[in-house]
Amino acid sequence: MKSVVKQERMALSGDEAVAYAVKQSDVDVVAAYPITPQTIIVERFSEYVANGEVQTEYICTESEHSALAACLAASVTGARTFTASASAGLALMHEMLFVTSGCRAPVVMAIANRALSAPLNIHGDHSDSMAQRDSGWIQLYAENAQEVYDSIIQAFRIAEDVDVLLPIMVGLDGFTLSHTLENVDTLPDDAVKQFVGSRKFPNVLTHEGKKAPFKLDPETPMTMGPIALPNYYFEFKRQQEEAMKNALSVIQKVNSEYAKISDRSYGNGLIEPYRLDDAEIAAVCLGSTAGTMKTIVDALREKGVKAGLLRLRTFRPLPIEDLRSALCNVKAVAVMDRCMSFGGHGGPVFHEIRNVLYDADVRPYVVNYIYGLGGRDTSPLELRSIYSDLQRIVAAKRVEKPIQYLGLRE
Amino acid sequence: MATQEWKFTTKDIAEKPDLFLSGHRACAGCAPTVVLRLIMKAIRGPTIVTQATGCMEVVSSIYPYTSWAVPWLHTAFETAAANASGIEAALKALKKKGKLKHEHVDVIAIAGDGGTYDIGFQALSGAVERGHDFLFVLYDNEAYMNTGIQRSGGTPKGAATTTSPAGTAIPGKLEYKKPIADIMVAHEIPYVATASPYYWRDLLAKVRKGLEVEGPAFLHVLAPCPRGWRSDQAKSIEYSRLAVETCVFPLWEAVNGQYQLSVASKLIALAPQKKRPVTDYLQGQGRFRHLFTPKNKHLLEEFQRVTDERWQRLLAKCGITAKT
Repeated sequence: MKSVVKQERMALSGDEAVAYAVKQSDVDVVAAYPITPQTIIVERFSEYVANGEVQTEYICTESEHSALAACLAASVTGARTFTASASAGLALMHEMLFVTSGCRAPVVMAIANRALSAPLNIHGDHSDSMAQRDSGWIQLYAENAQEVYDSIIQAFRIAEDVDVLLPIMVGLDGFTLSHTLENVDTLPDDAVKQFVGSRKFPNVLTHEGKKAPFKLDPETPMTMGPIALPNYYFEFKRQQEEAMKNALSVIQKVNSEYAKISDRSYGNGLIEPYRLDDAEIAAVCLGSTAGTMKTIVDALREKGVKAGLLRLRTFRPLPIEDLRSALCNVKAVAVMDRCMSFGGHGGPVFHEIRNVLYDADVRPYVVNYIYGLGGRDTSPLELRSIYSDLQRIVAAKRVEKPIQYLGLRE
Repeated sequence: MATQEWKFTTKDIAEKPDLFLSGHRACAGCAPTVVLRLIMKAIRGPTIVTQATGCMEVVSSIYPYTSWAVPWLHTAFETAAANASGIEAALKALKKKGKLKHEHVDVIAIAGDGGTYDIGFQALSGAVERGHDFLFVLYDNEAYMNTGIQRSGGTPKGAATTTSPAGTAIPGKLEYKKPIADIMVAHEIPYVATASPYYWRDLLAKVRKGLEVEGPAFLHVLAPCPRGWRSDQAKSIEYSRLAVETCVFPLWEAVNGQYQLSVASKLIALAPQKKRPVTDYLQGQGRFRHLFTPKNKHLLEEFQRVTDERWQRLLAKCGITAKT
């Protein structure tokens, strides 16, 4: 049953879309530190605070490390929390990312994806969040400013679900999304507030033997972030993995519930196949590149080429089954990485897709394209060449060069 | 929150339930655990404690056990003050929205010298600059004891640690102890004080004052560690006294930047003959043993001279004319 609400179309950059979504999501504490290309998020949010438009406590911390430490502490005190970062800032948070997921604090963070130093570069790629792949955070990557807005709202629901209780980062490509003005349909404040609801806490057993909500509360003292030695540590980690698995269904549920009020959904929330059903060749990509890729797929289809695209929206948890069933009937797959794994065999997304397809009855050929590092523009012509390569691979029945660099001077 | 009447008598303290409980894994003679127990005797109501990684965190929270009868959070080594910021902000936000059950909840951050002078300093400086309402307690055992006695910014000059050993070429740590409490006064926060567990009533009163002021408060407590100081387990509290009586660690407080000596140190200021030589404090501590060899005599003399100079500067800040 659909009950789509009336929406207001606004002209927002990706960063502004984040700030606006946070404003509407009844967030209690924001702690953040500015960094390009995330800065507009905290600037806009500061204006909301300064103008009394939100009741949020906003902490301008002295570093990203402290920003996340403050968010984590606020979150386990019972607050809904948000932060934003990018590049070096996310790298500085590295230690606290693990602590946040380990403490099961459902912090929501926007990442305006940006390259890592050195050399210094402020432009877009996925090196920053990919480097945090194993930190125990859910990772979503958005295609456009509309999805950025929608995903931030959804993120609170996903992270705070009592079966998940994990932090989540929503990636938006630096500058391409963060700084580009787009039309964004926004929900009314009350619709968002109702959708995100208030924070829920699972009941846990305290050391005093009482059942109590999982948060720091003087009425039911709880020790959080203890030391766990070899006799217990492993079980903590296993539980995090279980929560990640639970997130797979929660992300889908939230995606479809959100569709009911907004009339917008992103595939099943995990993957978004585009003209993939009968495709013989397909590319896999994250983020804003998918927009251009879709137009290329359309053009190829018009010429009778059975091309398709799979946009991976949820990178963590990895939707293994969805990926395998979506790709196993394709003859050749190009996996696109906006990140390098130095000394490895291709980029991080390539690793995953190859891994997933290993268990397919018939394995497609898989080739990796590393592209767009440090904001390097990737032209439609270059993107189109990926499909020509795939056609050659299918014809030749072999992958000659599994790791390719797109738009690079060699 | 309205100021409450507080009087800490031995009877009051004995009757007040412990909130830092026994059963922890600290070493025999550990003064920091005494400090924690005292701090928790001085709280005035609902309180959340957050603690940096360190000995006291490790000994008190080995899963599935805990020594903490209050809500307690540990996240990392350098994050005590940042955590306190987050907890305080969360409490404020929840209160604004009518989601907080209590009228007020105090926030205490606890860290050792490593988590305060060194790795946690940036977060501490930032948190007090932002003016969060919390009490930061530094329990200073003057080295990284949790990892095996490595030097910190709080280790005194001359002390031997595992990373500033007393070698044949270098006689222990070469640098002076950072004047951390003065640095916190320079942040222009409402309350800064030093304390020693020997003067327990003074310590309790300072914890309470730190909680009662609006805004950040900083309490620097000297807390001997027999393992790291290579000292007699039975003498930790005695060293806590000697540090004050020798003026190596004078007791004072700065209320809104106004320095004033606390009773134990004031008595020495008024009767300088009571001031004991630093050797009374240094003797018996294995970490200073090498200073008592003839070739290091000048270092002992320097220790005395620098202690005297710092004491004189403190007296001047307290508006007391130095007596000789």
